[in-house]
Amino acid sequence: MPQIAQLAETYASQIFWILLIFGFVFFVIGRGMVPKVMATVEARDKQIATDLAAAEAARKQADEEEEAWRVQENRRREEAQAIIAEAKAKAGKETEARLAAANAKVDDRVTAAEAKIAEARANAMTEIETVATEAANDIVMRVAGVNVDEPTARAAVKEALHG
Amino acid sequence: MAAEEGKVDPMHQFAIEPLLGTEGWEIAGYNIAFTNSALWMLISAAVLLLFVAGGMKRQLVPGRWQMAVESFTGFIDGMLAANIGPAGKKYVPYIFSLFMFILFANLLGLLPLALIGLHPFTFTSHFTATGVLAIISFAIVLVVGFAKHGFHFFSLFVPHGTPLPMIPLIFLIELVSFLVRPFSLGLRLFVAMMAGHVLLEVLSSFVINGINAGVAIGPVVSILSFVLMIAICALELLVAAIQAYVFALLSSLYLNDAENLH
Repeated sequence: MPQIAQLAETYASQIFWILLIFGFVFFVIGRGMVPKVMATVEARDKQIATDLAAAEAARKQADEEEEAWRVQENRRREEAQAIIAEAKAKAGKETEARLAAANAKVDDRVTAAEAKIAEARANAMTEIETVATEAANDIVMRVAGVNVDEPTARAAVKEALHG
Repeated sequence: MAAEEGKVDPMHQFAIEPLLGTEGWEIAGYNIAFTNSALWMLISAAVLLLFVAGGMKRQLVPGRWQMAVESFTGFIDGMLAANIGPAGKKYVPYIFSLFMFILFANLLGLLPLALIGLHPFTFTSHFTATGVLAIISFAIVLVVGFAKHGFHFFSLFVPHGTPLPMIPLIFLIELVSFLVRPFSLGLRLFVAMMAGHVLLEVLSSFVINGINAGVAIGPVVSILSFVLMIAICALELLVAAIQAYVFALLSSLYLNDAENLH
């Protein structure tokens, strides 16, 4: 076993070199470089944590803004609905009034026309009666040679006309 | 330890060969020759330096390499946070260095570099190397323990609720188990790495000897050994990572004792 066979000649060199080289590893790599590597990791972790927090805050803000927008939107919609309803009611009322006015005018005209028709009919009736009376008088005079006075003739014609 | 002609010596891979400064490189009379062991320590450190340097781009969105380095630091950080708590953060550089240095040493020692004529050397299969790492860990535990708790640190050896007459005995047992820690820490890694490498070498000698034996059953033995070798190689890769993990985990558990007592 060389570890034991060579112990006497080599132990000093082994101890010297491992102390020297491990010392180099510890001070240069362990103390010098490892803390920097770990600082990088820490900085990254911190960055990730802050980024996550910022993203969370932004999300919360977006939620709040959306909520506010929703409330405002609902209010606007209600307002719009109210305006529409009001306009509808107003328009309905106006239409009704106009219709009523038009109806009234039409009724007036119809009434006037009816009156005129009635008058015309009455006139025509009177004329017919007069003509018929004269004709009856004539007929009676020619056929019977009797002179009938006018009121009698008229009564007779009236009777014949109206049954 | 001379190998017989045509035979594979499974222990030869652990032999330390001086490369530079066999003569003259001395500190206070101790020879500090630059050996193949020191070379592989240097290679491990260099590869580790390259690996971590590749993850130093410090990008907000990491690339693959940076991701790999960060997953290792995150792994060590998580282990210390789980075992020690928030106070464990300050040990990340040490445990990271320990874990990665051992891991790279173990893995680099398994590289099939013999295919291109080089001989990988696993310095973690030498207790002179693992012992130093274990003693450093143990020393840190002692320094932190006494600095933080003073003599109260000795209460570590008396678990809560120990009956009064049992205290001297329990104290002795706990003290011994505490003092054994550096040995178990260093020996575990050294033994695991050495056993795996010896096993691979023995199996490879079966493969070679099976072919050379000239008996009908020879090639069958070779093929079976080779298949087994492939499986053991996969196992050794796992062991390389697990032993590095165990070393780092136990160090952090001992540090937990020092930080938080019981």
